[in-house]
Amino acid sequence: MEAVDLARWQFAITTVYHFFFVPLTIGLSALVAVMQTVWVRTGNERWLRLTRFFGKLFLINFILGVVTGIVQEFQFGLNWSEYSRFVGDIFGAPLALEGLVAFFLESTFLGLWIFGWDRLPRRLHLMTIWLASIGTVFSAYFILAANSFMQNPVGFTVNAERGRAELTDIGAVLTNPVVLVTFPHQIFACFMVAGAFVAAVAGWHLLRSSRAPFDGLRTTRRQADGVAVEEDEVRTWRSAMRLGAVVLLVAGLGVLISGDLQAKVMYDVQPMKMAAAEAAYETEQPASFSVITIGSLDGERELFSIKVPYLLSFLATGDPTAEVEGIRDLQEAYEATWGPGSYAPNIPLAYWTFRLMIGLGVAAMGVGAAMLWLTRRGRVPQGWWTTPALVVLPLLPLLANSFGWIFTETGRQPWLVFGLMPTAAGVSPSTTVLEVVVSLFAFTAVYTVLAVVEVRLMLTWIRKGLDDAPPPKVLEDDEPLTFAY
Amino acid sequence: MDLPVLWFGLVAVLWTGYLVLEGFDFGVGMLLPAARDRAERRVMINTVGPVFDANEVWLITAVGATFAAFPDWYATLFSGFYLPMLLVLLALIVRNVGFEFRHKRADLTWQRRWEWAIVLGSAVPAALWGLVLASLVGGVPIDAEGEVVGSVLTPYGLLGALLTTSLFLTHGALFVGLKTVGDIRVRARRWALTSGLLTVLVAAVFLAWTVLGQATSPWPAVPAALVLVGLVGGLAAARVGREGWAFTGTALATAALVATLFTTLFPRVMVSSLDPSWSLTVSGSSSTDYTLGIMTVAAIVVTPVVIGYQCWTYWVFRKRLGTQHMPDAQLVAAGRR
Repeated sequence: MEAVDLARWQFAITTVYHFFFVPLTIGLSALVAVMQTVWVRTGNERWLRLTRFFGKLFLINFILGVVTGIVQEFQFGLNWSEYSRFVGDIFGAPLALEGLVAFFLESTFLGLWIFGWDRLPRRLHLMTIWLASIGTVFSAYFILAANSFMQNPVGFTVNAERGRAELTDIGAVLTNPVVLVTFPHQIFACFMVAGAFVAAVAGWHLLRSSRAPFDGLRTTRRQADGVAVEEDEVRTWRSAMRLGAVVLLVAGLGVLISGDLQAKVMYDVQPMKMAAAEAAYETEQPASFSVITIGSLDGERELFSIKVPYLLSFLATGDPTAEVEGIRDLQEAYEATWGPGSYAPNIPLAYWTFRLMIGLGVAAMGVGAAMLWLTRRGRVPQGWWTTPALVVLPLLPLLANSFGWIFTETGRQPWLVFGLMPTAAGVSPSTTVLEVVVSLFAFTAVYTVLAVVEVRLMLTWIRKGLDDAPPPKVLEDDEPLTFAY
Repeated sequence: MDLPVLWFGLVAVLWTGYLVLEGFDFGVGMLLPAARDRAERRVMINTVGPVFDANEVWLITAVGATFAAFPDWYATLFSGFYLPMLLVLLALIVRNVGFEFRHKRADLTWQRRWEWAIVLGSAVPAALWGLVLASLVGGVPIDAEGEVVGSVLTPYGLLGALLTTSLFLTHGALFVGLKTVGDIRVRARRWALTSGLLTVLVAAVFLAWTVLGQATSPWPAVPAALVLVGLVGGLAAARVGREGWAFTGTALATAALVATLFTTLFPRVMVSSLDPSWSLTVSGSSSTDYTLGIMTVAAIVVTPVVIGYQCWTYWVFRKRLGTQHMPDAQLVAAGRR
């Protein structure tokens, strides 16, 4: 393998890994903020306990998102220095703004939230989690604006003398049609993950506590204002589970609508990616969408296929009878523009990741809807399938996120910046194969160990359940802290 | 004003912010083995607990600003210092995870492992940032294409690594002195004096080498003198028990060190040891005035707000900590706190 292939593998591995943590960070920070808001506004301590419970799970996840994110920022320089030189004038600004506007907000206020329970008045403390959560959303916008430039370069001119692209219109970069549809699609997708996570964890506890004898696991005794209180945990978990399921469904709807808009923009700016998503070699009018196909490995010949007529035409253009260009015609047109070479991405990869993204997302919504139905009016389902379904649930939207990104990034190939810079031209010229091998090995090893530790820690803390600590109050001088690392 | 020059200055400011802030939490991390027991280590970790992650954003922003304002500098620096940067990344990963995971379980082996992750994860970047920043000035083999060809290890760079390591040890010890009560506070001042003496010696050699051997103008002598003033003044203050002034002294020394390196560097951003004409320069590696203009507006609007709320954080967590303030570790690890 050459350095460019290894560098691509490294980027793929570190980025997909990084993005296991990001959706939960973005979605769950807001859900925890909502839970805390309900507590502050109603004084209902059930929501305080849920805030603390999900807040701890959120933090276990958050820190891995942070540390794997630093790798991303360094990696453009490490392995892709020619790319950095070529687009730095445009691509660097969103990254710098992400640090300045988003990450400072996120990290500073999260530190205040973690350690501030007993130092800040309630409302001020509530504000810190909201500001951290808003920081995560800002960060998504900036990084998606940077990525959208790679999909659909706008607001620039090429300076032939310096051999680089230069920014001419920051407004165009920040309102790139691609980022305008990708941002809502991504944010909704993050909320699907967070909703599914909350629904699954709370659902598992709901099952567990409802099966327990009434005076055992099911109730907690705790002190509130000096009075012993017994609380039915079933009700607490039911509220959280239903909140998670509703968020999952609403966000799922948002993902579907924004995804449909996104497909039209994609067909407009990257028709080859749309053709690859359908493995459509020939131009068709009207074009059908295949739900599933069995064919040759490169997707050129099909043996069996289930097709929905008109659907691809509608997805790509909004008109069910419109023509959709196929790979062969596009290849010819691209060769006429950019000269000889292959301009098609990996077709089977695009075809299957596109279907997995949609399929897993829709499946998650199905499970969410079933949960709401089965727990209506105080019911708790008891079948053998309940636990496996809850374990799988959060993985569905999470993997849909991964496949969506794998689709959109590999679907852009062979371009690094569409129409401007081929991927192979972006790699660092001085970086040796050995260096990339060493770093690839090091990241993979460290990431694997961390994944094991993270999952085990997460499961341990999920099992611990709700705490029985008293509500926070601001400390007097020299009192011991209620929480410390 | 010439925008590339302004941004050269702003990049220096961001590095200053990063090293002054993360410098002390690197120091605290490296000093964990000096604590007497687990309770003391816990106090030390909690002095930086609320702020270490926000301190690190100064690095993210410094790197992002370098990418945006000087793409050629960013590209050459990171691809050229490939293995040092890889080590920095791995160190920061295990260190930050260590801070967050250590208290999540009460068992001793688990906690000790993460403490070592924090120690090593602090020492490695503390040294390597010194190596990298000194090497910008001291020169690395950059060819005519702006690519680093060959090793980036030089005696001057290694001396820079030694300087930042000992400086941050001192800076961190003074932070522990400033933020704790009891026995550890007194001992922390002693740690600072010991590592401080070493720092003064190393700094004297490094600064003399910089001003006499590397600088092309007399100006770097001014911040170089300030490094020594900050260090010596800080140690004197530590000796008489004035931790606030002592910490200010090492903060000043850190800032002045960055200033010394950047004034020596100017108008270059990376020196080539092969041919002076192959050095990267401020004007030759910068972005367009349009991009720099936008970034300038953003920096002017946002930076004061960031500094404001970060100062507020330090105010919120201003109280000194002692072992008596720590909640029951078992309860924390059981999720009941």
